[in-house]
Amino acid sequence: MVAVSNQNAIKGGEFLIRETEAHEIFIPEDFTAEQRMMAQACEDFLNTEIHPKVEEMDNMKNTEFMHKAMQKAGELGLLGITVPEEYSGLNMSFNTSMLIADVLGSGGSFSTAYGAHTGIGTQPIVLYGNEEQKKKYVPKLATGEWLACYCLTEPDAGSDANSGKTKAVLSADGKYYTITGQKMWISNAGFAELFIVFAKIEDDKNLTAFIVEKSFGGITMNEEEKKLGIKGSSTRQVFFNDCKVPVENMLSTRGNGFKIAVNVLNIGRIKLGAGVIGGCKMVTSQALTYSKERKQFKTPIANFGAIKRKLAEMATKIYATESLCYRAGQNIEDNINSLAANGMSDAESKLKGVEQFAVECAIAKVHGSETLDFTVDEGVQIYGGMGFSEEAPMARAYRDARISRIYEGTNEINRMLLVGTIIKRALKGELDIITPAMAVAKELTSVPSFESIDASLLFAEEKSVIKNMKKAILMVAGKAVQNLGEKINDEQEIMMNIADMIIETYAAESVLLRTEKMVGVKGEKACEQQINMSKLYVSEALEKLGTAGKEAVASFTQGDEQKVMLMGLKRYTKLTPVNTKELRRAVADAMIEEGKYCF
Amino acid sequence: MKILVCISHVPDTNAKIPFKDGQPDLAGVTFVIGPYDDFALARAVELRDASQGKLTVLNVGGADTEQTIRKALAIGADDAIRVNASPTDSFFVASQIAAIAKAESYDLIMMGRETSDYNGGQVHGMVATLLGIPCVTPCMKLDVAGGKATMLREIEGGKETVTANLPLVLGCQEPIAEWKIPNMRGIMSAKAKPLKVVEPVAVAAKTSVTKYEVPAARGNCKMIDKDNVEELVKLLKTEAKVL
Repeated sequence: MVAVSNQNAIKGGEFLIRETEAHEIFIPEDFTAEQRMMAQACEDFLNTEIHPKVEEMDNMKNTEFMHKAMQKAGELGLLGITVPEEYSGLNMSFNTSMLIADVLGSGGSFSTAYGAHTGIGTQPIVLYGNEEQKKKYVPKLATGEWLACYCLTEPDAGSDANSGKTKAVLSADGKYYTITGQKMWISNAGFAELFIVFAKIEDDKNLTAFIVEKSFGGITMNEEEKKLGIKGSSTRQVFFNDCKVPVENMLSTRGNGFKIAVNVLNIGRIKLGAGVIGGCKMVTSQALTYSKERKQFKTPIANFGAIKRKLAEMATKIYATESLCYRAGQNIEDNINSLAANGMSDAESKLKGVEQFAVECAIAKVHGSETLDFTVDEGVQIYGGMGFSEEAPMARAYRDARISRIYEGTNEINRMLLVGTIIKRALKGELDIITPAMAVAKELTSVPSFESIDASLLFAEEKSVIKNMKKAILMVAGKAVQNLGEKINDEQEIMMNIADMIIETYAAESVLLRTEKMVGVKGEKACEQQINMSKLYVSEALEKLGTAGKEAVASFTQGDEQKVMLMGLKRYTKLTPVNTKELRRAVADAMIEEGKYCF
Repeated sequence: MKILVCISHVPDTNAKIPFKDGQPDLAGVTFVIGPYDDFALARAVELRDASQGKLTVLNVGGADTEQTIRKALAIGADDAIRVNASPTDSFFVASQIAAIAKAESYDLIMMGRETSDYNGGQVHGMVATLLGIPCVTPCMKLDVAGGKATMLREIEGGKETVTANLPLVLGCQEPIAEWKIPNMRGIMSAKAKPLKVVEPVAVAAKTSVTKYEVPAARGNCKMIDKDNVEELVKLLKTEAKVL
């Protein structure tokens, strides 16, 4: 284990107790011309190979379609973005890979196939494989010669993945394992040549992972699942019947499979957060175009306040998801580089680098997938009757979006996981939440400060709001842990309330910091709508935090203690009322003028 | 085979171009390789690969065009030349290209049939004249074998097949090749490829723009009942004033 010398490095979850400066975060506006060219190439790829052929992709009559599309992506280098160069990859930086995921995310079924192959299909070998395994398999996956799938979920083991029943039995001569079991919801199963399979050896507590080639035999499949959305993505049940896997194909060590599953999912989560952005922007632009064309009462519906409100809300949430994803992405990238500079191997630095930010990964997944769902829902609504028709693009977007709240760990699991991780780190002393939580408790019983805010400074009040939001979290979470102890893990509703408070705070802070950094470069005038969106987001986030906080407090406190807590919440959720109507109109008008999502 | 592809740096075809003080206001507009030039480049990459030759890309423009040039390098050009001057008119641009081509003797000089900003469509003809070599435009198909090019041209009411000895100048359009999306490795290696900046030869532009006019915004469409011809005639006389 290598010691990390950079004591000032930002830690995962630390945003709760640390004041971050605008210059410390990465914002999408910081991307270089080269990174933008890559993003444009991905967009060109979608516009040529995927968007015009979406019907053909989703009806699955052409069984070769997805396989070929993935191979074309391979020719452009899109399957080896995060793969080291020695295994035919491009070894791009973490945030560049986030940008690629962002743009390719608007590809519907293709995006799922792409994410499953490059993420959970390829990464287990890149990150946990030994040299022989990497040399043998990774170049094939990075170029698209072979496509991969990931077999974790079973009929009775979904969120509780470690309870899987698939067995791996060592042969008498010790040369191979025989895998027997049933896996389901396996993306890419229909055309995969390589299967990452999780199974249990004897009565082990934890899973073990194996690299299984289709040619090993003993693999059969059900027909394609009939799904709500992403209909063009191959999803099948996979049966392993006496599938013989050479012992050298065990990935990592015996019993390490669950850890592999969890860590690979950490990466998948933040990638999914970024991966919704392209789709959200596309849907918003489509809805906007429609609202300019569709006339009712002799005027385009885009002129109506009710529609402007929707468009502005969509944009503001997208802006927030984007802000937090790339902020966290850069923190991860810096952490990976710092660990690697200290001598850690490439794979280990990537794993540890991401694991440190497991909280932010979960936030990105939840916030991103819920922004996507909000966007497609309002997209359907703006299209009105046409939104309900399969002839317009919204119906497909609506169906395709829904899976995002389910896969890579449901949003409920992610909410609990992020709170659980923070509590665990606090109890271990890795994240000093306790000292600031005690300071907040002390502040609660003292006279409130009447410090005035210099309103002439940009975001002066909003910045103070963020500080208070963090205090509210420390107050509620601190008291919950104090009162409930370890039982808090069984009080899932409270865990989810606290998660909502944390997610909204991280998002609001990321939005403010992004805009502040942008204003520093371009000036306030050029960032007028970004400033409006930031004010809107902070105001809404504060409302949500207040509601979640109240719900939590009312469920685990009583009497005087409850009164003090509610007073505290009131104190920490103060904000001069914002004219959200005007702010939203301004944001919507800017997009209407531009004809698309333009921030 | 030595190929020169001349690219223009033009506003994205989807970009809205606002006018300020009678001039196009290009601040904030996204620029791309001229779409017809992009077709020429795509075919040139194929020919270069087949002949294992060399492909140079050229642009006449200021330093702000370098990103567009880098994209051409990402797509597959081996190196690039930027003539450091504002492209004032077709003759000026053609003279710069001809000056470079005289020194380098390319087998093929390819470009789009016209640019998508000013749509002059004259540069290829002028380059050919200045160099004293043939020019074929619009070239929709191009094959080269044994120092001879065979091309397909669109003509009024049909198509013609033309042959010519190299060297020659071509104004290209689809379907000469499919646009190429730069691959990730190409993008990463583009920054390391040579991009030579040369100063322009002294040539006076032969034309200058006197003024720009933005078409009047389309007025509202007035619907008149198909049976109400009287009303239609009245409006054509009084409002539209065309009768």
